[in-house]
Amino acid sequence: MNSTGKVTGIVSNLVTVETVGPVAENELCYIDLAGTKLLAEVIKVSGKKASVQVFESTRGLKNGDDVEFLGKMLEVTLGPGLLSSVYDGLQNDLTTMEDVFLKRGEYTDPIDRKKLWSFVPIAKEGDKVIAADWLGEVKEGWLPHKIMVPFSFKGNYTVKSIIEKGEYTVDTVIAVLTSESGEDVNVTMTQKWPVKIAIKAYQQKPRPQKIMATGMRIIDTFNPIAEGGTGFIPGPFGCGKTVLQHGIAKQGEADVIVMAACGERANEVVEIFTEFPELIDPHTGRHLMERTTIICNTSNMPVAAREASVYTAMTICEYYRAMGLRCLLLADSTSRWAQALREMSNRMEELPGADAFPVDLSAIISNFYSRAGVVILNNGETGAVTFIGTVSPAGGNLKEPVTESTKKAARCFYALEQNRADQKRYPSVNPIESYSKYLEYPEIQEYLEKTIEKGWIEKVLKAKNIIRKGKEAQDQINILGDDGVPMSYHETFWKSELIDFILLQQDAFDSVDSLCPLPRQKKMLNLVLDICDKEFKFDNYEDCRKFFKEMINILRQMNYSKEASEEFTNYENTLSNLLESYGK
Amino acid sequence: MANKAYQRVYTQLEAITKATVSLNCKGISNDELAIVNGKLSQVVKTKGDTVTLQVFAGTEGIPTNAEVRFLGAPPTLNVSDQLSGRFFNAYGQAIDGGPEVEGEERQIGGPSVNPYKRRQPSELIPTGIAGIDLNNTLVSGQKIPFFADPDQPYNQVMADVALRADVDKIILGGMGLSNDDYLFFKHKFENAGALSKIVSFVNTTEEPPVERLLIPDMALTAAEYFAVDKNEKVLVLLTDMTLYADALSIVSNRMDQIPSKDSMPGSLYSDLAKIYEKAVQLPTGGSITIIAVTTLNEGDITHAIPDNTGYITEGQLFLRADSDSGKVIIDPFRSLSRLKQLVQGKKTREDHSQVMNASVRLYADAQNAKTKLENGFDLSDYDLRCLDYAKEYATRLLSIDVNITINEMLDTAWELFSKYFSKAETGIKQVFIDKYWKN
Repeated sequence: MNSTGKVTGIVSNLVTVETVGPVAENELCYIDLAGTKLLAEVIKVSGKKASVQVFESTRGLKNGDDVEFLGKMLEVTLGPGLLSSVYDGLQNDLTTMEDVFLKRGEYTDPIDRKKLWSFVPIAKEGDKVIAADWLGEVKEGWLPHKIMVPFSFKGNYTVKSIIEKGEYTVDTVIAVLTSESGEDVNVTMTQKWPVKIAIKAYQQKPRPQKIMATGMRIIDTFNPIAEGGTGFIPGPFGCGKTVLQHGIAKQGEADVIVMAACGERANEVVEIFTEFPELIDPHTGRHLMERTTIICNTSNMPVAAREASVYTAMTICEYYRAMGLRCLLLADSTSRWAQALREMSNRMEELPGADAFPVDLSAIISNFYSRAGVVILNNGETGAVTFIGTVSPAGGNLKEPVTESTKKAARCFYALEQNRADQKRYPSVNPIESYSKYLEYPEIQEYLEKTIEKGWIEKVLKAKNIIRKGKEAQDQINILGDDGVPMSYHETFWKSELIDFILLQQDAFDSVDSLCPLPRQKKMLNLVLDICDKEFKFDNYEDCRKFFKEMINILRQMNYSKEASEEFTNYENTLSNLLESYGK
Repeated sequence: MANKAYQRVYTQLEAITKATVSLNCKGISNDELAIVNGKLSQVVKTKGDTVTLQVFAGTEGIPTNAEVRFLGAPPTLNVSDQLSGRFFNAYGQAIDGGPEVEGEERQIGGPSVNPYKRRQPSELIPTGIAGIDLNNTLVSGQKIPFFADPDQPYNQVMADVALRADVDKIILGGMGLSNDDYLFFKHKFENAGALSKIVSFVNTTEEPPVERLLIPDMALTAAEYFAVDKNEKVLVLLTDMTLYADALSIVSNRMDQIPSKDSMPGSLYSDLAKIYEKAVQLPTGGSITIIAVTTLNEGDITHAIPDNTGYITEGQLFLRADSDSGKVIIDPFRSLSRLKQLVQGKKTREDHSQVMNASVRLYADAQNAKTKLENGFDLSDYDLRCLDYAKEYATRLLSIDVNITINEMLDTAWELFSKYFSKAETGIKQVFIDKYWKN
């Protein structure tokens, strides 16, 4: 018998409930609004009063309305069919809702219960299994989707029976397991898991060993993100956060992409589900949507479900990671989630921390980032969740609580800069401020030297140094004037401009330039560094500027041309002619 | 507001602030309307038997024994084709002397469109202004504000844009509009002979500020009626959203909420998003496009109101007085249309996006040259060419008084490129140079 209660207070989506019977922190409840059931979550209990955040609009709710507690926390349903789906923050399937407008209290099943999946058993009768062990496999699109021992199972089990190869719905009992105490338990293709708890059914979580290629030079070459790593992208509005994130989603080298649109624009979600079904995954040649799940709580959807949306997305990633897959979670933006926390904390009249955010903000953020990572599964296979979040700092000022808290938790920092965006130098990632801690990892260094080339790290650091020196030279030129500095300052400055225009900048809307695979990144870095290695003797700064502008133009055209195409080779020849003619 | 059959009447107020009153009563629903001493109010908080009401017109003169009548429902608007050509106040009551509108009574501030039912915006809205069409192309279903200092002619530009745009309905939501500006809009629409496709909801500076909070929801309820029920293309003009946000902060302050940045309520982002996200392209062809105005304090976009707005809207159009050309221009650096790539080069000429980027990049070079000049350094030949280019670019393309077609804008840009620069200096893709360079 579940606990019940009555509404005694309402402020926007914070409702106070007088309870009868025990209630748990984070327990869910339904509030009955004239027959419509509104889902809510307990966020504070004080005596007989529980404060609950309602995941829907509370318009029309009255004191005295009935509340029924559900005895469980917010859970997601895990099983085949999650990919290609569009869910709201509570995992309701948005595609099966009929009305144009979202209806309060309309909850839809996240999984198609009628669809047949062709199941192939992996485990055999008599096998000893534990939580997250693979029992069988279905093909979800092209991905091998493992059916696992539910994560909530504790202790050892023996496979009593397993169903034969064949076509089944998700609710079919595919195996019967016997527990240590001799109890038989049925296992279907689905299971449930509370979103706020990390799935830890794996052997261990080692340090990341390799990088996740994104096809973007500013990331892969300059600040690579590890597979199973964490990163974040702060930036004022209009600096290209979303374009950058969509680029990563399109090109990221991962098996599964989960995009959490958290309190952002609905049209951005529309862009994903309009374009992704048409776009081809450059790594597998399959449609992008086949590997993508969208969780959307857009900015006009109920605020309380915003927090749920990032947790729902993370749980789905962890589920696929347990199958030995490489997952990429993109959350845009974690600031909106933090703001949702702030709104609730404010309504509960808690003492505020900096900028009125709750004081435990930093702990919540780092706890969430810690759920990413590479894991070694029970059977020795590896899986990974890479997490990249965006942050929308108020006023573009990075000294604000969300950015600062995230900086402590994430290992890669891609700072978008207003100034670069104003000059249309996209992606507007600041090359000096940004960093990847992974470049310092010996494992990652070894990986890069092995897969790209020996001496790669040194080259990258050299290029970064040229940019830094160029910035210094530019400052001097601005202070002392073109004539007030030695010629070498101009040369240093233009070498950094060369790197900026050819390697850092990348046209996300050009079909060729948008995706630059690692071998091509290697070629371009070497080409540019070779030029930077040369000592030029210009007579005046005008010649220097003209020469570099011409070179930048040729190299840009190369970026726009398919590699190994005739065009590409022609530009390459033009470039070497130009360099030679200068020598003479 | 019409009288309802069942009404509960109370006559004992427990507390009064400048914007709210509280009283003890039972069975009251959240968001419900009430009349307090003849003034319209709305339930914003209940705690036990204490209900707090926000009084839109302010609480001046309300006594503790005021009569409070609950109306049993949130604010509504009667929707039908009779809305066309009419002027209303914040409560949806006619202020043009005409009859009250008959039609279906709808709650304002209704639910959001299921994001999956949306379609990707893809229809260009040409305005003739190159600062918009060339650099920051507008698309139907988009939401975009003008960021402007109070002394700039934002209402004039907005009216021009509205009248040139090819839409079925224009809905004006005026918040804290001065009486002069209200009459400006009225006359401008009348003179253009467009009155029949315009619906206006107006709160002027003469009226209480908290009333403004109803304006966007009223305007958007009307917009949804025409876009969803009638499949029409609707353009909603909201001016000035800064005054709307100020009203929000007044109410939250009176309710003792902890303010966040710039003494704005912590929910400012959600409050603004609820309005702007009503912009939509529907699968049935109807659409709601929102063009708003957010006034700035000396161009400061880091203030909480423009800052939150920028994160919600799909770009912003930044008005600035340009000293080189002596005109008000649409600043190419701070302005942005996030949806422009959905139409640029697709609904417009193939070279659009490259021409736009090159022209802005060269304009940025001119700004650097200007800095050098101000610091007293000699300018190079390139710097001088950039400066000349910038002046002509601002006059012929960025100025808000331009009214030409997009192809004319592109041709003008090419003309400026070849007049001031070499081909390599523009950095444009070779194929376009070959095709469009003006010798």
